[in-house]
Amino acid sequence: MTTKPKVAFYWCASCGGCEEAVVDLAEQVLDVVAAVDIVFWPCAMDFKRHDVEAMADGSIVATFVNGAVRSTEQEEMVHLLRRKSQVLVAFGACSHMGGIPGLANLSDTASLLATAYCESPSTVNPEGVLPQRHSEDGGRRLTLPGLYETVRTLDQVTEVDYYLPGCAPTPKLIAAAVQALLAGALPPKGSVLAPDIALCDECPRKASKPDTLALAAFKRPSEVILNEEECLLAQGVLCMGPATRGGCEAACVQGNMPCTGCFGPTSRVRDQGAKALSGFASLVASNDGAEIERITGTIADPVGTLYRYSLPASLLRRRRVAVS
Amino acid sequence: MPETTKGPAAAPAQFEPRIVAFFCNWCTYLAADLAGTTRIKYAPNIRVVRVMCSGRIDPQFVLDAFAKGADGVLIGGCHPGDCHYESGNYKTLRRFHLLRRTLRTLGIEEERFRLEWLSASEAEPLKAVVNDMVEKVRALGPLHLEVPAEAFAEEAEEVAAR
Repeated sequence: MTTKPKVAFYWCASCGGCEEAVVDLAEQVLDVVAAVDIVFWPCAMDFKRHDVEAMADGSIVATFVNGAVRSTEQEEMVHLLRRKSQVLVAFGACSHMGGIPGLANLSDTASLLATAYCESPSTVNPEGVLPQRHSEDGGRRLTLPGLYETVRTLDQVTEVDYYLPGCAPTPKLIAAAVQALLAGALPPKGSVLAPDIALCDECPRKASKPDTLALAAFKRPSEVILNEEECLLAQGVLCMGPATRGGCEAACVQGNMPCTGCFGPTSRVRDQGAKALSGFASLVASNDGAEIERITGTIADPVGTLYRYSLPASLLRRRRVAVS
Repeated sequence: MPETTKGPAAAPAQFEPRIVAFFCNWCTYLAADLAGTTRIKYAPNIRVVRVMCSGRIDPQFVLDAFAKGADGVLIGGCHPGDCHYESGNYKTLRRFHLLRRTLRTLGIEEERFRLEWLSASEAEPLKAVVNDMVEKVRALGPLHLEVPAEAFAEEAEEVAAR
């Protein structure tokens, strides 16, 4: 066996985009592979859970976990990897803040299963068969992981050392994080490994943002032909830039689309959606209640816009559950 | 406003709502002070937090109050045109409308979040507002915001201990 530092990757409730981001390191990935020994990566390498269980506690230098935690299996794996690792990094928006899977916190398990297995137009399931935790097949007892009602962030399940933000984290930030890790030059524990400034600060359209903004309607990107030079907020589009941490070099804005907030807030903000709400509402060009109601009503989906990646990490964490 | 059905927890002993009230230093806080000096009694369910302007109330304060166990949040500010800082109350009004809609999507009823303009002399209207809100929130029952215990908790503990 080599004596290179051991590194592991794991995925929970995620889309695979974070694995893609590692591959997007392109030729830099060769430097990473040369410097470390990847001991576990279900997406790319054939190691199993029992291989991890056989390792000594703390023998993995760093584990990068992407995805939110929803199932009992994910929770078990996260606890296992935490124990085996010196450093646990929440990799990507889903493990950092819940991400897109975190929007499931607007619903509950029963209705999600009903939609996916019974009600969707393309589903044929006349008997209403739903996945069961335990079932029998040919005399064998089969078990599926249980689904929790609430999607959690990685740090709501176990102790997290660092956060690599983004949907997905950019190759530049990943490379910087890996280098810092190998050089032992990591910032204080709990840090988000990206600049602690708002995205607007590094936005190429920063200069075109007017000093005062007053909007009579909010528009979705599909409802307007966007000018490629001007500040998107000034064009009436909800750009999360002011309430979002920089570090992505305004990738979406450079593609003429508004920021959707995947890097999360800066360290001074507890609840990204609330802060964005505060900022957007201040732009409303009216002092009259009914008119304000109309203008804010043009925001089609407030929770899905303000908390697109951060609902499980927000102060309220989820839609309120009715108490029986 | 239609009367909402009584929450289940309201049934045994009378449920006493906890309401966090953010009052502007220049108007509603003085109205509450006036209510005190003139011995006007209102329901003791509100916990008053004095802020320099209703415009200082970050939506995070409101969410934090709900997350930490408030059953309702009341904001008191200066009447339109009367803001000590000219426009703070208008900013509050704009945030209020968007925040109330966001809260509704997250399952928090409109009656639990209220904005009222109350000047320094309006101790009687303050009493009416507080009493009315307490009754409406009482009728709704406790907010119970905590994330519910999960069905597989035992299993998870077992795994964590492994």
